[in-house]
Amino acid sequence: MIEFIKTLISGLGLGSIYALIALGYTMVYGIAKMLNFAHGDVIMVGAYAGIVAFTSAGLPPVFTVFLSVAACTLLGVLIERFAYKPLRGASSLSVLITAIGMSYLLQNLALMIFGSQQQAYPQYVKLPSVTLGGITIDGITLLTLGVTALIMIGMSLFINRTRLGKAMRAVAEDRGAAELMGISVDKTIALTFAIGSALAAVASICYGLTYVYIKPTTGAMPGIKAFTAAVFGGIGSIPGAMLGGIALGVIEQMAKTYISPLWADAIVFAVLVLVLVIRPTGLMGKEVQEKV
Amino acid sequence: MDRVKRVFKNKNAVTLVLLALFYAVIAWMLWSGHITRQFTNMIIPMSMYIVLAVSLNLVVGFLGELNLGHAGFMSIGLFSGCLLSIALSGSLPLIARLPLSMLAGGICAGIFGFAVGMPALRLKGDYLAIVTLACGEIVKNVITNLSITGGARGLNTQPIYSGAKALLPYAVVLVFVTVIVMMHIKKSKQGRAIMAIRDNRIAAESIGLNVTYYKLAVFIIAAFFAGAAGALYGHFFANVKAVTFDYNMSIEILVIVVLGGMGSVRGSVIAAIVLTALPEIFRDFGDYRMLVYAVVLILAMLFTNSPELRSLRENITPAKRIREGFRKRHVARVLSGGQEKGGK
Repeated sequence: MIEFIKTLISGLGLGSIYALIALGYTMVYGIAKMLNFAHGDVIMVGAYAGIVAFTSAGLPPVFTVFLSVAACTLLGVLIERFAYKPLRGASSLSVLITAIGMSYLLQNLALMIFGSQQQAYPQYVKLPSVTLGGITIDGITLLTLGVTALIMIGMSLFINRTRLGKAMRAVAEDRGAAELMGISVDKTIALTFAIGSALAAVASICYGLTYVYIKPTTGAMPGIKAFTAAVFGGIGSIPGAMLGGIALGVIEQMAKTYISPLWADAIVFAVLVLVLVIRPTGLMGKEVQEKV
Repeated sequence: MDRVKRVFKNKNAVTLVLLALFYAVIAWMLWSGHITRQFTNMIIPMSMYIVLAVSLNLVVGFLGELNLGHAGFMSIGLFSGCLLSIALSGSLPLIARLPLSMLAGGICAGIFGFAVGMPALRLKGDYLAIVTLACGEIVKNVITNLSITGGARGLNTQPIYSGAKALLPYAVVLVFVTVIVMMHIKKSKQGRAIMAIRDNRIAAESIGLNVTYYKLAVFIIAAFFAGAAGALYGHFFANVKAVTFDYNMSIEILVIVVLGGMGSVRGSVIAAIVLTALPEIFRDFGDYRMLVYAVVLILAMLFTNSPELRSLRENITPAKRIREGFRKRHVARVLSGGQEKGGK
């Protein structure tokens, strides 16, 4: 039982990171109708920004966090402006290929600047582990859970209660109609990329503090898993991304503990395929009626 | 003379002739020794990528479904085909063993293609894309963990290893069979049915096309050729690891298909040749070559698709200008100064 709860909590921690990344995927998909394959690599950039800021430049932790978030946000907006915006209206596959190209570009830039050797992410946040009823929980996992919970509440409030959030929902629903209502579609899309990338930066900090080692390809696998999580939850749906991310993380940790770490990935993806075959639009996705 | 003209008007025939010329040059270079080691090592992978791209084009270009797990099909064909080939390596010569291995690899991959095609009947667009990606990752994970395929250390294919010279004829046959089959499908009644499903599924269904049958058939055929290409590819190495054939490779194949042009067999062939050669051509850039590849990819997409850049491109492309010139003169002659419509 104790092992089960421990696995559950570490699964929640991993799932939180997936959920943060999946939010970026799903928001961009909902609003720009594109799969941003470079999103996973933004996390890697955020992690390297943290290494540069803390280890190389010796900045205090608060500034390190600020710098990571700022770097990712800027990167996200720049990518959107120079790679995706010129392709507005092009076929979705060409946008997808551009995103893949961007992902290669970021990975190879990082490879050139930082080399292929893995580097240690500075552990600038040290939290004591908490023991509760015989269960020891890592401090960083608790921090990840707390931060993710806060962000999710904040995001829900932002999307549902503010004018900008309303504008984003409007653009997601019908871009043309939103434009006629006086919403600047370009600005809304840029804002979406900024928020998504900022969340990726937060994910990069949680990832770095939990898993320590960073490589130029670090972002790829969490990126793919988070993308999977976003689809799992129903792509375009914000609560779906949160639920999908956490579900995926828990399934992965459970499979690692109770079945075999070697088979964990296969099990995660098999569950995904099963869920999608049973519910073709994901857990919280809306069924769109086909009209003839 | 008329006959020659007709052949040249036939795009497919031109493609086949060019492809034959390409392989003739390669064979000449290979046997006369006018070829670097790196280029020799590229021939078989290049042929494999042609087959993979052309077969993926059937799913993505003809049927219009995004498949991010094509490397998984290829991986299944590779391992099943090579296991059979290893088992037969003592008793049969290459000339009988390799076709058998390719057939076995193709059939195993085809069965898996059927399994992946099943959810494709229920799922659409990105959901299907993610399921194919997941299936590819499952294949990678399962093959890496099975002991029969050598586990994480990879399958030892030393006993069936053959060089580029020995494999080239089989590669040529496989490439030609794939290209001809795809061209035939495109022109046939079945091909038109597949493209009708892509353009409007409901309309296609309402005129009585069996969507289930065609979708499954497309997945099985595409998987079959990918598997056969995989079996061939496995013979070119002394050791193969399933981790190499992950979603990155599937994406690479997709990039070839999209750059070559959706639904264009000739485009896929050309793009496969150019893109596999590209990292070699950029070898002089050393460490920068993947970076250059990424930049080329992004710029190619921006140039061919961006409305802002399209006018710029049209101004600098000579072929277009010449064509425009002809048309203007023609229009002027016919309408004596009539306005022509701009753009496409």
